[in-house]
Amino acid sequence: MDFALTDEHRMAQKMVRDFSQKEVAPVIKGYDRLQEMAPFVLPRMAELGILGICIPVKYGGQGMDYLSLGLACEELEAVDTTLRVVMSVHTGLCSMTILQWGTEEQKQKFLVPLARGEKIGAGAFTEPGAGSDFGNIQAAGKRDGDAFILNGEKMWISLATKADYAVLTVRTIPDAGQPHQGLTSFIVDLKSPGVTVGDIHGKLGVRAGSTGWINLRDVRVPAANMIGDEGEGFKVTMSAFDSGRYTVAAGAAGLIRAALEASVAYANERRAFGKPIAEYQLIQAKIARMALEYDVARLLYLKAGWLKNKGIRNTRETSAAKWFATEKSFEAANEAIQIHGAYGFSDEYDVERYMRNARGAVIYEGSNEIQHLIQASYALGRRRDKPLRREMPAYDPDEWQAE
Amino acid sequence: MKIVVCVKQVPDTAAQVVVENGQVSWGDAPLVINPWDEYAVEAALQKAGDHGGSVTVISMGKENETEALKHALAMGCNEAILVSDPALGSSDNVAAARVLAAAIRNVGDVDLAFFGKQAVDSDTGTLPGMVARILGWPALTLVSAISVLSAEAIKVERAIEEGRQVVESKLPVVVSVTKDYGEPRYPSFMGIRKAARAEIPIWDLGQLGIEAPAPVISWPEMMNPPRREVTTEIIAGDSPQDIAAKLADKIMAEKVL
Ligand SMILES: Cc1cc2nc3c(=O)[nH]c(=O)nc-3n(C[C@H](O)[C@H](O)[C@H](O)COP(=O)(O)OP(=O)(O)OC[C@H]3O[C@@H](n4cnc5c(N)ncnc54)[C@H](O)[C@@H]3O)c2cc1C
Ligand SMILES: Cc1cc2nc3c(=O)[nH]c(=O)nc-3n(C[C@H](O)[C@H](O)[C@H](O)COP(=O)(O)OP(=O)(O)OC[C@H]3O[C@@H](n4cnc5c(N)ncnc54)[C@H](O)[C@@H]3O)c2cc1C
Repeated sequence: MDFALTDEHRMAQKMVRDFSQKEVAPVIKGYDRLQEMAPFVLPRMAELGILGICIPVKYGGQGMDYLSLGLACEELEAVDTTLRVVMSVHTGLCSMTILQWGTEEQKQKFLVPLARGEKIGAGAFTEPGAGSDFGNIQAAGKRDGDAFILNGEKMWISLATKADYAVLTVRTIPDAGQPHQGLTSFIVDLKSPGVTVGDIHGKLGVRAGSTGWINLRDVRVPAANMIGDEGEGFKVTMSAFDSGRYTVAAGAAGLIRAALEASVAYANERRAFGKPIAEYQLIQAKIARMALEYDVARLLYLKAGWLKNKGIRNTRETSAAKWFATEKSFEAANEAIQIHGAYGFSDEYDVERYMRNARGAVIYEGSNEIQHLIQASYALGRRRDKPLRREMPAYDPDEWQAE
Repeated sequence: MKIVVCVKQVPDTAAQVVVENGQVSWGDAPLVINPWDEYAVEAALQKAGDHGGSVTVISMGKENETEALKHALAMGCNEAILVSDPALGSSDNVAAARVLAAAIRNVGDVDLAFFGKQAVDSDTGTLPGMVARILGWPALTLVSAISVLSAEAIKVERAIEEGRQVVESKLPVVVSVTKDYGEPRYPSFMGIRKAARAEIPIWDLGQLGIEAPAPVISWPEMMNPPRREVTTEIIAGDSPQDIAAKLADKIMAEKVL
């Protein structure tokens, strides 16, 4: 067993850290207040290669491994959750799903521009009437010659108004034996006729990000854009979550770290009753918890990343990492506010933003109640992963870095 | 155009540097490329990009001190060389200048040798001038911009206290670069992959054809700066004018001004 990061990992981590700390940290509060995404974020992340970090070079990516993806997400969310959300949906839900399930032609056509950051991707699954109960989504696709005609509404979709493409799942077999067997996934060009998109305002957190809706009215999508087979949409979507949740877990570890660092700095500085508040055991207890939970969250996501590198199925480990890290990141941010007293309640400090941003991740990419159910079903022996028709490929540096 | 850039590996500026048992210690803080040297690497890469040519990055250090070199490789330098020899235990700047000058000569046919303005640990800022003196090349220090560069000559702007000074010189030259040159680029992932795998050659004094230069400076004693007790007093008053007046009185009474 080797817990050391390689030179490659450390340098990648430092590069992403320098970008987020130097370019985003100084301006993030302003964009959070404006409820707008900083216009330079997507182009810069594209230019620096962050958007395609773990995609093979031959598909337009940077050829790094899945651990580098996790480390990058940790650094991004240590500054602002919205940066990591970009990785979750563009890289996790969209690009990696095409990498796993797409045909060679689909990879050339869609994955290459996504990995280069020339196009932006989203993952559109949730609907106004179904989130956790994903098997019961209502958006529908009807075959029409060599295309499908899509109708319906997707809701709470990150980057809905910024993305060019979305991996999007609809019902194409209304009379399937079980509802979830009737679903099919497509790569939808969001610039197609019949697609309208909009942003949701008034969100509690991720205000410097884009979360919106996608309306589909008689949208013609070529059958060639189907990812996986017809009726395989549920599996494709669950695979997408294996990638997306991993980025959420890694990012949440970064948020715990940010809350911890802010708390340590403030506790050493702020004095009450004649001493720095860091001298009081009640404050120490909070800081000790954050430090421990950061370590655990980090180990859990690194383990999941290691499994991904080896090509070992990691649905259980990734779900556990997501559950733990997001729950603890919210608690850590909340305690960081407490340590800051009234100042923590003000947006003069970062910790209130951390708490608002951490809150969403307890709900999305599978709410933490759903993660409970997943863990219980594994523990009780009611769930066993069956091999998929297409597994996420193991990381092979030679193959990833071949031109 | 053949370009060399010299970089030093130093403790992270966030590290707490203390003296323990007469030795400087930065605990387990990571060693990084001297931040000033990143500007020198940026300048070297820009000039190689504009004029065609290669950039060789050189660092003098212990056998495993390759972090700064790898960072420079990841930024885009073509090759890296570590100059290391057990005989170079406690080099002062004169010794370091002799060794680096020998290394630059050993690279051969160098047109430009870039340095950072100074190192954040030893902080002397004298090395570029000393290397130039040993090589017999002009020293263009504190350079904030290079306006003209041809196969024979260079024209630079120096950021000096009195303002800007424009200087022309024939090549080869030694150039030390200031922050005004422009933000250093981040390493690219491709560069990172290349750097992580690079086998960095080590040149010892034998290969440079020199003896270990005798240091002329010794450090008989090192100590931590005395701890200063700081007390903060918040001055209250009825109005900003009142507070300012009280503050002014205090400053006069304490003979701060
Ligand atoms: C900021 C943000 C960004 C998002 N980005 C995306 C995106 O990019 N793409 C996308 O497709 N979706 C996205 N979502 C949607 C997200 O995935 C859903 O909100 C999530 O799956 C929960 O679904 P829901 O909101 O419909 O809640 P519901 O499913 O209605 O759940 C309501 C509550 O009931 C609980 N619950 C449901 N079923 C059970 C059960 N069986 N047992 C116990 N409790 C249960 C849930 O845990 C939750 O607490 C985003 C959401 C947010 C807030
Ligand atoms: C919305 C809002 C409205 C307010 N309205 C009023 C008002 O109307 N009038 C008014 O006078 N004030 C008001 N306050 C101020 C409030 O009463 C103070 O914020 C509160 O007393 C805490 O003080 P502090 O913020 O200075 O935190 P600090 O006293 O600096 O405390 C920082 C942290 O250290 C902890 N701590 C301090 N000492 C110890 C110790 N010995 N052991 C363990 N932990 C310790 C605290 O619990 C806290 O977690 C308001 C605050 C807010 C947020």
